[in-house]
Amino acid sequence: MSEVTAAWKINVFRDKSFYTPFNMICGVILIAGGLVTLLRFTGGLASVTNLDNNYPWGIWIGFDLLAGVALAAGGYVTSAAVYIFGMKRFHSAVRPAILTGFLGYALVVVALHYDVGRPWRLPYPFIMQQGTTSVLFEVAACVALYLTVLFIEFSPAAMEWLGLRRARRIVVKLTMILTIFGVILSTLHQSSLGALFLIAPSKLHPLWYSNYLPVYFFITSIIAGLSMVIFESAMSHRYLGHKMDDTHKKEAEGVTLGFGKAAAFVLFGYFSIKVMGIAAGNHWNLLATNYGIWYLVELLGFVGLPCYLYAVGVRDKNIKLIKWTSALTVLGIVLNRFNICLIAFNWYLPSDQKYFPHWMEIVISVFLVTVGVIIFRFIVTRMPVLYEHPDYEAH
Amino acid sequence: MENEIHTLQEFYTYTKGVIYLLIPVILAGTAGFWSFLTDRDKK
Repeated sequence: MSEVTAAWKINVFRDKSFYTPFNMICGVILIAGGLVTLLRFTGGLASVTNLDNNYPWGIWIGFDLLAGVALAAGGYVTSAAVYIFGMKRFHSAVRPAILTGFLGYALVVVALHYDVGRPWRLPYPFIMQQGTTSVLFEVAACVALYLTVLFIEFSPAAMEWLGLRRARRIVVKLTMILTIFGVILSTLHQSSLGALFLIAPSKLHPLWYSNYLPVYFFITSIIAGLSMVIFESAMSHRYLGHKMDDTHKKEAEGVTLGFGKAAAFVLFGYFSIKVMGIAAGNHWNLLATNYGIWYLVELLGFVGLPCYLYAVGVRDKNIKLIKWTSALTVLGIVLNRFNICLIAFNWYLPSDQKYFPHWMEIVISVFLVTVGVIIFRFIVTRMPVLYEHPDYEAH
Repeated sequence: MENEIHTLQEFYTYTKGVIYLLIPVILAGTAGFWSFLTDRDKK
């Protein structure tokens, strides 16, 4: 170790500002996550999970992957609104949304390694697979391609930071084609994640099972994307406000109101087709069962209520209400994915055979979210994400 | 019971009938919700 490195380390660890509550909590989570990661990749799934033959998919798929992909939808929703539909007043929301989307998808791929194991086999879907008609192949191809698209879409911010003018000029010219490509890929794989469950009509409770699951997943991804942009903007405003320029601060209210209005309308549409779904399956009688009550909690508490609260927030221009509603909606999306993947899955099994995540599974999920937050903070405090770089024109 | 369903034909006739009743309600609801959402924009 060189003397300079040693001196830097001593200074960092002696500096009192290093021991903030945020750093301390993150440090503990990272250490715990690192240890469980070691256990997972040396001892196998059985050493850290409660997975079995009835439940080969646990929270690493239900939360990290299904909810993670939905919540990372803000990238395509925002860039489509700004570049395809020409809503330039939301331009300041594009970079944070794309960064959130990129980190979300990157962590989805990392989380998948925990579940699948053997990371060196990541390219297998493309070189050794059972056929291109597999829904999982489509998901793998779209996620890989969309992750690449998000990386290129975000790269101008990194290039401005590094001073790579010529490269930035080339990438900026690709903005429209990348946005179109991103929307197509997102439409495909967001719906395909719902289509995965079409293979298990007898395992998923009839209230949640539907031929329209791919449509439900796609529509909820739009709701999740809109809500995550509002939620992320609220968090950035609160904790990274010093990094925002005047344009971002001025536009933030308009973004919250505009996205809140869109979310309210899409939630209304989603609520309507869910009711039509009950009618199409003639499942009214199931609403009086325990699972039916839980279904109503999801439908009324996490779809109907946010829809109404968003609408009231937009009407009254109540930014605080819209921000809190975005958190409720995000929670609702996570609950929906949990219901489909875990709670209403194998619904007929006795409770002692039902899956409940091992504490180490929860540690890994918290670990991955924490890694995402730390990388987000690292990038936002260095690159022009929440402010326009003075030397470059906005694109 | 009159509402008992014995065949796939009866199932679809019944469920489609309920959906056809729901559609005008949802369409009217959508128009109403949109005006609730936007009526203060003009002011």
